[in-house]
Amino acid sequence: MTIPVPVPSVGFWPATAMIAAIVLLSTTGEVLTAAAMKSIGDLDDIRAHSGMKGAIRAVVTCPLFFAGVSFLAFAFFSLLFALNHLNLSLVAPASASLTLVTNAIAGKLFLKEDVDRRRWTSAILVCIGVYLLAH
Amino acid sequence: MAHHNLLPRQYLILGLVAVCAPLGDTCLSRGMTQLPAITLAHPATLVAAVFTPWIAVGIALLIGFFASYLTALSWADLTFVLPATAFGNVIVALLSRFWLHEAISLERWGGIVLITVGVGFVANGPSLTERPAAAGALPAIPEQVQEEQVR
Repeated sequence: MTIPVPVPSVGFWPATAMIAAIVLLSTTGEVLTAAAMKSIGDLDDIRAHSGMKGAIRAVVTCPLFFAGVSFLAFAFFSLLFALNHLNLSLVAPASASLTLVTNAIAGKLFLKEDVDRRRWTSAILVCIGVYLLAH
Repeated sequence: MAHHNLLPRQYLILGLVAVCAPLGDTCLSRGMTQLPAITLAHPATLVAAVFTPWIAVGIALLIGFFASYLTALSWADLTFVLPATAFGNVIVALLSRFWLHEAISLERWGGIVLITVGVGFVANGPSLTERPAAAGALPAIPEQVQEEQVR
C-alpha cells in the first residue's frame, strides 16, 4: 500500500493574487521612485554643482524616494512568498512581463508621461519577449 | 530641462543599468551555489557569505545598477528606462549561449528578437516627456539643492 504524499497545490485565484501583489507593489515602488527622481532633478547636474555628496544628500532627503524603496522591498518579499508556493517558471516571467505593462499604464496616469504608440508597442514587445525568454 | 536626444554619457548610464543587474545576479547566484546550504538556524553564515568574493562583487554590481537606475530616472521617463533595462535579459541569454555554451530554444531566440526590437523602438523616441513650465509641473531641482548651488 502506498501512502500518497501531499503535494502543496495552489488554486488559480490564490496564485493570481500572489502575482498581482508582486506586480502592484513593484509598480507602486517604481512609480514613486521615478516621481522622487523627477522631483530631485537631473542627478548629473546636481553632481556637477554640488558634488557627489550633494547628489547623495538630494536623494536620501527625499521622502518619496524612501516610500518607493519601501514598496520595492515589499514587492521583493511578496516575490519570495510567491516562490514558496508557486514555480519560478510561472512567477518570474508573469510578474516581470506584467510589470512592464502596468508601469506603462501607471506612468501615463500618475506621472503624466507621454506614452505614445511607440512606447506602447515597445512595452508589449518587451513584455512578450521577457515571457518567451524566461518561460 | 528636457533631453530628447541622449548624450553619450547617458547611453553609458543606460548600458550600465542593463549590464550591472544581470551580471550582479549571476555573481550572487554563482557565489551562493558555492556555499553549503544556509539555514535559518545559523543566520550568521548568511552575513559571512557577504564577504566571499563572488557575492561581494555581485553586491557591488547591484549597487552600481541601483545608482545608474536612479540617475537614469532623473533625466528620462520610467516608460523609457524600463524597456531599456529589460535588455539585460538578452545579455544574459547571449552570455549563456556564447560563454557557457548553453542551448537556447527557438522560443528564447524569439524573445531575444522581440526585446531587441522593443528596446530599439523606445530608444529612437524622446527620452523625457516635455512639460510646460506651468503650475503643477514638478520642480527641476529642489529648493535645498538650489540654495546650496547659490551658496
